Amino acid sequence: MAETTYLEAIRQALFEEMDRDPAVVLIGEDVGVYGGAFRVSAGLLERFGWERVIDTPVSETAIVGAAIGMGYAGLRPVAEMQFIDFIACCFNQITNFAAKSHYRWGAPVPLVLRGPCGGGVHGGPFHSANPEMYFVHTPGLKVVCPATPYDAKGLLKSAIRDNNPVLFFEHKFLYRRIKEDLPEGDYTVPIGKAVVRREGRDLTILSYAAMLHTSLEAAAELEKEGIEAEVIDLRTLLPLDRGAILTSVAKTNKLLVVHEDTRTGGIAGEIAALVTESAFEDLDGPIRRVTSLDTPVPYAPPLEDYFLPNAAKVVAVARELAHY
Amino acid sequence: MTSALTREQHLDLYYFMRLNRELEEQMVRLFRQNKIVGGLYSSLGQEAISVGTAYALSPGDWIAPMIRNIGALLVRGFKPRDILTQHMARHTSPTLGKDGTSHFGDLKSRHVVSPISMLGDLIPVMTGIAMAGRYLGQKIVTMTWIGDGGTSTGAFHEGLNLAAVQKAAFVLIVENNQWAYSTPVKRQMPLRDLADRARAYGMKSAIVDGNDVVAVERTAREAVAHARAGHGPVLIEAKTMRMRGHAQHDSAEYVPKEMLESWKKRDPLDCYEQFLHQNKLWDAKTKKEIDARIAREIQADVEFAENSPFPPPELAEQGVYCAGCHTVEADWKRPKEEVMPPRSSVKPEWPIQDYGDLEAAPKRTAKSFVHGRQAGNGTRPTAASKATAKSKLLKKPARAPSPAKAGR
Repeated sequence: MAETTYLEAIRQALFEEMDRDPAVVLIGEDVGVYGGAFRVSAGLLERFGWERVIDTPVSETAIVGAAIGMGYAGLRPVAEMQFIDFIACCFNQITNFAAKSHYRWGAPVPLVLRGPCGGGVHGGPFHSANPEMYFVHTPGLKVVCPATPYDAKGLLKSAIRDNNPVLFFEHKFLYRRIKEDLPEGDYTVPIGKAVVRREGRDLTILSYAAMLHTSLEAAAELEKEGIEAEVIDLRTLLPLDRGAILTSVAKTNKLLVVHEDTRTGGIAGEIAALVTESAFEDLDGPIRRVTSLDTPVPYAPPLEDYFLPNAAKVVAVARELAHY
Repeated sequence: MTSALTREQHLDLYYFMRLNRELEEQMVRLFRQNKIVGGLYSSLGQEAISVGTAYALSPGDWIAPMIRNIGALLVRGFKPRDILTQHMARHTSPTLGKDGTSHFGDLKSRHVVSPISMLGDLIPVMTGIAMAGRYLGQKIVTMTWIGDGGTSTGAFHEGLNLAAVQKAAFVLIVENNQWAYSTPVKRQMPLRDLADRARAYGMKSAIVDGNDVVAVERTAREAVAHARAGHGPVLIEAKTMRMRGHAQHDSAEYVPKEMLESWKKRDPLDCYEQFLHQNKLWDAKTKKEIDARIAREIQADVEFAENSPFPPPELAEQGVYCAGCHTVEADWKRPKEEVMPPRSSVKPEWPIQDYGDLEAAPKRTAKSFVHGRQAGNGTRPTAASKATAKSKLLKKPARAPSPAKAGR
């Protein structure tokens, strides 16, 4: 069977869910005739028609607002941000309307808000964002960041079937670079569950999205030095799989968190607090972080390369930690 | 003013308006006794709008009331006890004490969406419900309200534009009560009629005396029929006056006394009582009976609310997520096969009727684009044509073209 790209896996999930359930609709800018800026929804309009694949004006607030309304009416809308950076335009609809709805008055918002995030493609300050932590800080949302085609497909299906607003961050660097064989037929991946991507005994590297692949690359390098890193893919940032994190730390006693998001206020800080609160006795060294710099994402390739984490940076910090 | 309503319906309108007012007056008393936990917002003087517009809807339609629309909640079947327990943060309230004021709703039976405090955001949400309703074959109309202040938000613009381009069965009531907190309309926007805003979206609009419940109800009924027939959304500007401060704490000293006195003469309940007398739709006995019924209902519900407990503290951490406690089900009124392959399959095309050319534009725009067409011919605007544009701008700002646009 031909290998499936991360992008194609997302398209398949949309296609199969819309085929399975007429309540699933897609709404966003250029998702119909054009098939989406990255072609994620190519062919959906032809198959499902104008009523289910809705091209909108350039209005992020209206897109998310309308999707919330559709959810109240019993549909399962999937709303696309053309680039996830533009999610800032509809922050209020997400954080005040969708996130608080069930808590305040028992009205579920079965909304998926998906779009391409992340850097490494020289998109500059407005086409490279990793805005997950604005939303991880918002009770009522779920935040999903898949790293593989299998997970992208299975998690998107779970997100569509979920009764809560799910933010689904697709890392655009992975869209056409990561491929794998996918199983035939319907499957889902549960939201809120991390997975061990590589077993190890010397330290734990926690990561997600594009940085999972950077971390695995680093782990392969570390192996040559005799350092066995355990690599965990968080997959979901909210709700966080605390059990998986604490289990691995209890085993390796050392923790390194790698994320492409900027440093201050990134998920690494929250995980460090969690581990020191809950498993301080398990630690044999300081919790370390490898993250992007605390700057906007710069445009020029040398600047962006300097800004982003890479395998060498991960190896260097992991080595220090392993020898601590 | 004539009306197509029956006597019973006329008395209904009175009942809801009077209930709205008496309930709010009761809540002012409770506020002074420190029994209202948070803020208290009055709709004094605006009751005709909430009641008249909501009354024009059918049971399957959806509403999203804002903070001054308790009357719409009452029309929709909520009881004084729901509103009292909400304000008093009791466990018996519709939100169990998790939110206050009129911030509650009912998705499944009354089709009421709870508002959020940020203005304008309900417009795209109610547009989405209208779009879903059409998709599901329900033939519903959705309605929400906004003040003059809220019409300046980005969500207002995005939402109305989407509603208009989608021809959503949506009706927006703009309650122009002259004040956004302390800021008068003339300092918010250079418009006399907020209905002019609808022109930018190519949607229908109407202006109505917001203190005349019969006119409000009739205008809303026409707008609802227009929207339900698939002709697109409607904006109704109801002109009225906020007779109290922004909220109970606000003495509103910034409002000229003469302005309040002028509007007080046009109190919507006084006017409507006169209307009922003049049209012999009731007598003193009927009024007395309705008023007594309202007093009884409010009294009973105040007792209920005061005897209700606060929520247990640990409720604070429950219900962040829907973990299967609620179902998400669409009420299909059309065959699902219509929206599934192969019937849903289409050949996409993007029709562009006049190729976007100024010269090829339909005749009806010729008058308002006189200046632009000259510029479009490749000639520079003359001093005379510039002067024409300027005088038009001064005279009719909503209709004249922008010289900048014409020059493109």
